Amino acid sequence: MAKMNYKKRFSDLEKRMVTSPDGEEFEVDPMKDYFSDARPKVHPPSKITPLENFMNWCRAESIYILGFGTGCGAIEMRPLMSPMYDAFRFGIHWRPTPRQSTVFVIGGYASVKTIKRIVRSYEQMQGPKWVIGLCSCTINGGMYWDSYNTVNRLDHYIPVDVYITGCMPRPEALLDGFTVLKKRIKEGRGEGSNEYAENFDWYKANQKKIIKSWDMPDYNW
Amino acid sequence: MLDYGLKNRELFPETKSDGTVDIDLSSGKYTKVWQGPNHPGITGNMSLELTLLGDEVMESKTHVGYLHRGFEKLMERRRFINNFPLVCRICVPEPDFNEYCYAAALEELAGVEVPENALWIRTLILEMARLQSYLMWLSGQVGAFGFGIPSQWMLYCRDRVLDMFEELSGARIYHIYMLPGGVRDNLPKGFKAKMRETLNDIVPLLRDYERVVFNNAVFKKRAKGLGYINPDWIEEYGITGPNARGAGVPKDVRKDNPYLKYPELEFLPVTETDSDVYARAHLRWRDVMMSVDLIRQILERTPDEGAFKADLPSMLHWKIPAGETYVNAECTRGEYGYYIVTDGSGYPRRVNVRGPSYTHAVTLAEKMMVNCNIADVAATLVSLHTYPPEVER
Amino acid sequence: MERIIENIKKQFPLQDVNSDHGWFITCEKKDVISLLTHLKITGGFTHLILITAVDWIEEDRFQLTYLLNNPQLKIRLGLRTFIERSVWPDESEMQSAHHLWPAVKTYQRELHEMFGIDFPGSPEVNDPLILEYWDDIPPYRRDFDTKKYSEETYFPREGRGSNDPAEYMKSQLYPNEGGKSQDFPQEISKKSSGEKNA
Repeated sequence: MAKMNYKKRFSDLEKRMVTSPDGEEFEVDPMKDYFSDARPKVHPPSKITPLENFMNWCRAESIYILGFGTGCGAIEMRPLMSPMYDAFRFGIHWRPTPRQSTVFVIGGYASVKTIKRIVRSYEQMQGPKWVIGLCSCTINGGMYWDSYNTVNRLDHYIPVDVYITGCMPRPEALLDGFTVLKKRIKEGRGEGSNEYAENFDWYKANQKKIIKSWDMPDYNW
Repeated sequence: MLDYGLKNRELFPETKSDGTVDIDLSSGKYTKVWQGPNHPGITGNMSLELTLLGDEVMESKTHVGYLHRGFEKLMERRRFINNFPLVCRICVPEPDFNEYCYAAALEELAGVEVPENALWIRTLILEMARLQSYLMWLSGQVGAFGFGIPSQWMLYCRDRVLDMFEELSGARIYHIYMLPGGVRDNLPKGFKAKMRETLNDIVPLLRDYERVVFNNAVFKKRAKGLGYINPDWIEEYGITGPNARGAGVPKDVRKDNPYLKYPELEFLPVTETDSDVYARAHLRWRDVMMSVDLIRQILERTPDEGAFKADLPSMLHWKIPAGETYVNAECTRGEYGYYIVTDGSGYPRRVNVRGPSYTHAVTLAEKMMVNCNIADVAATLVSLHTYPPEVER
Repeated sequence: MERIIENIKKQFPLQDVNSDHGWFITCEKKDVISLLTHLKITGGFTHLILITAVDWIEEDRFQLTYLLNNPQLKIRLGLRTFIERSVWPDESEMQSAHHLWPAVKTYQRELHEMFGIDFPGSPEVNDPLILEYWDDIPPYRRDFDTKKYSEETYFPREGRGSNDPAEYMKSQLYPNEGGKSQDFPQEISKKSSGEKNA
């Protein structure tokens, strides 16, 4: 049996000595240098209720979306930025990097190769953070319920706050979903990242079950 | 080609006689950068593994498969008509070419005659799909160069076309208006007038777009000479569509293997000769104008009433005799084709989708990115007009 | 077109010529590469449209199809060949055509990954193209059951009802006959619940 040759792909993650252009020699251990291995922590809400309410209001009114189109749903994200739907008036903004974003919109089905990137991007985002599951595929697999490469339930791999059904949901449905998310945040119910920290082992076990190329530490940012 | 990158060429590795370059990553001279899948300068969900020296790309490798859903497997499990909601999802930005190719292949194999009226409406839908996909691309191309406003204009135009799709089929993105044997219905009342009005509204914006973008000094400076496709590569790499026409090769399935009502319409394939990003962008802009013109011609000639669907046996019991065929159509990126094999049962034996991005995004992009500046990688990739979902299906 | 086929027939033994829905010719496995070279260089079929495989599991063989296009004469020709189908984890083998078109290597990578057909000598053929670390039967083979795999691997949401449309419509259309109809033989419906030999 001719097994696939993975050796070349792993070589990037091996320990090695590197000479800089200045002639300096130093050791690079990607598994240690590129990732962090600390577990996520639960951040309880502030004890001063008015302060917490004010914070939640601030969070809800400045939603920064990670611009990572993971599936077909991304096609309706673009019109939201256009003058016709104009999501900016809801305080919704797109950011290119996970470090600056607070909301991760999973656009549709997540294939196994993508869910690895979704998990990494999600863990790189700073809390408090929320996830919107777009389209039917994130709920129960949708059209691809019997496909060998797409996950059926997204909430087994990362916590989901709001689902938007439809295939494809219209931009208005998306805006409605954002409104619901805002309401949840203002009521203090958007606890996705805390949930993730509490049930960390369960989520990790589920993720490791399907991601066969697990070449990173458990938690990384 | 412009001379980008480091001035000191001694640092660069020598190219051997067979055209390959030895890259020693442990020397510390090189940087590995993954562009994508989570990256603003990537089209869709794919990634490029770039090996850089300074800011010049030495080696590029395309990684696809982030959107793989196993369509060709799923289709073997579903009946011919059950596959219809699946096929349109293969290529998200322009689903209609999938619907047409699949329906036409089934009609070819089953020997179904499609009524005249349905042919006209199909031609109309395909041209509208081409228009909206091109408008999205025009928005993306200038977006990659940092032009915000023309990009928004084009999105607005696209929304107008999508509204017309909604009027026609009830859906913005996945409009399953075609069915095997014809279309779902005749054009709704007043559709033609509304469509003409939409075209009249978007043409001035397109003219503005040309004035603002193609005469812009920054755009000219950056896009001219960038992303050159050698005309010799076209046959070798299987390049089709605007990427080939930009190099002066008039490859257009609408003319080469005429389908639907294209033989009766007046048009000539648009070609440019410079074969760089600027030429391809201008070619696509001219293609949009041609598409607008074609839609006007089609609206003129589409009948209002008449049979729009051939008589078929009960769809769920529909069995197609054994055979194989290949049906293609010209989509915005090139030749789109379906290869279908049947074995006489109610299920397809094998469906293979030939997306034009398949060769553009993998083999061609890997070749074109070499010696490209990292800041231009996104623009070059967008100018190839690749949609990852049709690469991996 | 007939003249081209006649010319090919003079030089290569063809098993079958089919022109029902487009031209498809069939030749022996050993002749494929020389015939492709001939078609490309002297026949003018310079544009390769696609390479794909069909799994005929009942006859224990794979069909490989090379679709070519002649841009000058604007004609299409499909070249088919049959190769032996080995049982996974053994891989079938075929000569590589990567020296004729650079784009061939991507198709061959995909075929290797999805059907388990090896093309020795083709560049990067062992690199996975689409799937990451797949260790089951190659998914496009007929004996791989995607529904079973999906149910075992992913978590199906409870309460999701799914009807096989054919069965469901049968019971709706012919309720008195126990869901049986004349024009719908029983053995076809057996196939619908997953591929055979699952």
